[in-house]
Amino acid sequence: MWKWLNSYADPERSYNLAGKLLPWFACLAIALIGLGTTWGMLYAPMDYQQGDSFRIIYIHVPAASMSMAAYMGMATASFIGLVWQIKAADWAAASIAPIGAVITFIALFTGAAWGKPMWGTWWVWDARLTSELVLLFLYLGVIALYASFEDKVLAARAAGILAIVGVINIPIIKYSVEWWSSLHQPATIKITEKSTMTGDMLYPLLINIFGFGMMIGALTLVRFRAEVLARNGMRPWVRELAKTEAAK
Amino acid sequence: MNRGISYTSAFITLLQRDLKIAVRHRGDIFNPLLFFIIVVTLFPLGIGPEPQILTRVAPGIIWVAALLASMLSLERLFKADYTDGSLEQMLLSPQPLAIMVLAKVLAHWILTGVPLILVSPLLAVLLHLESNSYMALMATLTLGTPVLSLLGAIGVALTVGLRKGGVLLTLLILPLYIPVLIFATSAIDAAGMNLPYDGQLAIIGAMLVGCLIMAPFAIGASLRVSTN
Repeated sequence: MWKWLNSYADPERSYNLAGKLLPWFACLAIALIGLGTTWGMLYAPMDYQQGDSFRIIYIHVPAASMSMAAYMGMATASFIGLVWQIKAADWAAASIAPIGAVITFIALFTGAAWGKPMWGTWWVWDARLTSELVLLFLYLGVIALYASFEDKVLAARAAGILAIVGVINIPIIKYSVEWWSSLHQPATIKITEKSTMTGDMLYPLLINIFGFGMMIGALTLVRFRAEVLARNGMRPWVRELAKTEAAK
Repeated sequence: MNRGISYTSAFITLLQRDLKIAVRHRGDIFNPLLFFIIVVTLFPLGIGPEPQILTRVAPGIIWVAALLASMLSLERLFKADYTDGSLEQMLLSPQPLAIMVLAKVLAHWILTGVPLILVSPLLAVLLHLESNSYMALMATLTLGTPVLSLLGAIGVALTVGLRKGGVLLTLLILPLYIPVLIFATSAIDAAGMNLPYDGQLAIIGAMLVGCLIMAPFAIGASLRVSTN
């Protein structure tokens, strides 16, 4: 198992594997997000209090939950890169960071757009919103630190340490609505108990959450492939690849 | 392996060395402190001298100024040792890195955090802080500034090798400072309203204990990356 997994640390094999996985992730992402969004926007029943404006939930919740998942993915990859010195993990972490930052921004932006009609304000300084903003700053910090080193091996290690330190923020975001009295509503989707949402509203939401996960996966694979090529520009297999691509 | 001297004596030696160096460059101690005082005096000029407003915003002003002052002073934590090569000697020494890093951070806190705590009641008077908030202010600063030093040292260790690390350091460290700021100011506000604030203090204390245990290892790992 260990030996089999380690063989994918080789840049060429991980590059090819990412290429093989990419269409699966991309197709699933398009299908799930297409299905979930159409169902949510057009066919899910209207909320009796919020009317049609609750439908932004189908973008907001998947973006928010995946922003945290992407951070955990980045921190895990950084941890693997730091402990076992696997460069492919470092590249994966570096390629997730900008995607996570954008997803976090989408979560904040849709949240603000939803807050305006519902709470009467674009922004409140409450625990959930503030900690999500801190998450955005953490992503930007990791990106800035990775960009500021010339030597990308060092850059990945430094950014990795920062990413691991920042993991402390994730439980704070998750439980902020339970620990502090907050304007933001508590969690609706529960894994162990029954969700406090009817099925015909819930299923499109769940589909969209998985769709966003697949989308982040697909985008990460694209960036990962670019990162592998950029870091291995002098290797013979990359030169071969460039020649065959140029000949096409 | 023969380490030559015990953990305790290594810790004390390094602490004394850092304090001695700082005492001979007194500007390093006084400049962050002056910065802290000047930033605080700017606020009444900026938002107007009405005592009611100042009373309301005093905890936030003092704490934000403390954050900025602690961050400014952090730059010199490893910089001099990095440029003259003594940092590499520390990394090569047989003593555990976490202990040496802890000694350096403690020295930094004694030189920048403690003066800041001592001068804060004076600034609180200038800002008309509620009279029953003084204990809370001192208590949160005492528990909170070591957390700032420990967390900040991680950022400094990551950026010490970079030529233009200053602005980057702000970006890396300030998000991590936010929880301390939130709990400290809410403790001072609660004290001002005669409410119990030991819950907030307990959380800052927990952050301090957590940082004391974890941060030295993170700082050590970051220094190894930076010096390479």
